[in-house]
Amino acid sequence: MSSIAAAAPAKRRKTWTWLYFLLPSVAIMLVFFIYPILLTVFYSFTNLALTGEAAKELNFVGLDNYARMFEDPTVRSSIWNTLVFLIGSAVIGQQVLGFLIALLMKHKNRWFRRIIGTIVLAGWVTPEIVCALCLYSFFGDEGTLNAILQSFGFSTVTWLYTIPMVTVILANIWHGTAFSMLVFQAALDDVPSEIEEAAVVDGASKWQILTRVTIPYIKDTIMTNMMLVTLQTLGVFGLIYAMTGGGPGTSTTTLPIFMYNQAFVNYQLGYGTAISLLLLLIGIILSLFYIRSMKE
Amino acid sequence: MNANQRKWVFRILPYAILAFIGICFVLPLLWVLVASVDSNAMQSLKMPSRLTGGNYVDVLTNPDNQRAFLIGLLMSGGQAIIVVVLGLLASYPLSRYQLRFKKPFMLTILFMTSLPITAVMVPVYQLFLTLKLYNNIFGVILFFVASAMPYGIWMLKNFMDSVPSELEEAAWIDGASVFVGIRKVVAPLMIPGICTVAIFTFSGSWGNFFVPYILLQSPENFPASLKIYQFFGQYGMADYGKLAAFSVMYAIPSIVLYVLSQRFMSKGFGMQGGTKG
Repeated sequence: MSSIAAAAPAKRRKTWTWLYFLLPSVAIMLVFFIYPILLTVFYSFTNLALTGEAAKELNFVGLDNYARMFEDPTVRSSIWNTLVFLIGSAVIGQQVLGFLIALLMKHKNRWFRRIIGTIVLAGWVTPEIVCALCLYSFFGDEGTLNAILQSFGFSTVTWLYTIPMVTVILANIWHGTAFSMLVFQAALDDVPSEIEEAAVVDGASKWQILTRVTIPYIKDTIMTNMMLVTLQTLGVFGLIYAMTGGGPGTSTTTLPIFMYNQAFVNYQLGYGTAISLLLLLIGIILSLFYIRSMKE
Repeated sequence: MNANQRKWVFRILPYAILAFIGICFVLPLLWVLVASVDSNAMQSLKMPSRLTGGNYVDVLTNPDNQRAFLIGLLMSGGQAIIVVVLGLLASYPLSRYQLRFKKPFMLTILFMTSLPITAVMVPVYQLFLTLKLYNNIFGVILFFVASAMPYGIWMLKNFMDSVPSELEEAAWIDGASVFVGIRKVVAPLMIPGICTVAIFTFSGSWGNFFVPYILLQSPENFPASLKIYQFFGQYGMADYGKLAAFSVMYAIPSIVLYVLSQRFMSKGFGMQGGTKG
């Protein structure tokens, strides 16, 4: 009996078998994921280009790409646009709206909840290119929003030209809010009703309960969600690209769009990579914070 | 406003706010649905001039579109299968063995799941040129696999942790090898987990626009996500009916899979009872 029991764990102790199990996935990640990250660092110090002289000969240019980045006014405006897009659509838009929906849905009519929940989820499940199309046509010159305005006797607005950043922010809110809604619904369900009831007994108003009891209780969830949503929004490309193409001018050019334009429209891969390194660094910092919040 | 009125307002207000949010969210979606069955669709939401299935017939019978859908299925399906198989293999030692590097490895994996893929696309493009994988559908699958692998390993490892190891030890005593143990005992007990990972990987790449946009060049290699973009460039957004029909067709797999995944998630970890009694 004891010999059989001992034989089982022995199967596990066979040395190096674990290596064969891990090898295929680790190899594929090394080649197609980790190596490109290292290449990002390497290429950002070169003059790598698709056309012209530099295409034939790869040279180290030191910090030229970075010096260029600091002087390039479009970089500054792209960073600014990225911040506006991140804060507008992720930090404020999706988080606050998602929280508001989750909060208001609590203890409401089941059917009503189900309908609203499904509608919001639909925007999340829909692929980003379809979202871009739906919102493009909504904000278009002859789109739904203008049709509604006209029917009330207002004059139409060329939304995509007048306030392009607002339209892409709203599009991303439309596409992403459901995630935060789901996270906050789960978090709010976990708040023990006793502590809220205790606050009621102590004579707290609804607003006080929300800001002094409920929100502090789900603080960790808010932080983790904020990091995740910000990371997702940082890499958004298709939605903006398909709606406005980064324009008009550079008014909706965020870092991913700018990176794309430099690398694939102007064929300056080295410079494009320097920009993606900036994007990557922001991502790495946020990810480290995210992992820390997960570990706690 | 007396107390009674105020109470009434506070009861109605949340419903009013939610209804307003709901309307804002539903309008853009309604447009794509209605336009897809309208014989004369416009940019704005309106009653269809005439209800028609013609847009769908046109989209579906076009061989280029069929090709794009098939390529999309091949890419996302291929990716999902490879991620699940390799992920299961990788999670086995991570879940069952005592490894010294396990903790840092899992943290690295978690770290990688949250990195924005967008940031590495320029060097990946360069890498694909070097490896002669540019404009190659299978190259795109490989990259999709690599980018979804961290998520796959993370999820599958956690699912595998919940399968009691006594069950496969019993199988070993009956003469099964480690591989047979995984295939016949562990994997079948992880079906909900495997489906969740497969579905999320599939929808992730099915909806991805940027990766194929960078890594593919010729239109005959385009999956559905790129075709749709090409569609609205080509016709200058003129043929809204067909564009909407194509969009709905393209969105259907994502929606169906999401609904399916909810089923699997709710079944979740229901296999702990396997060693009782």
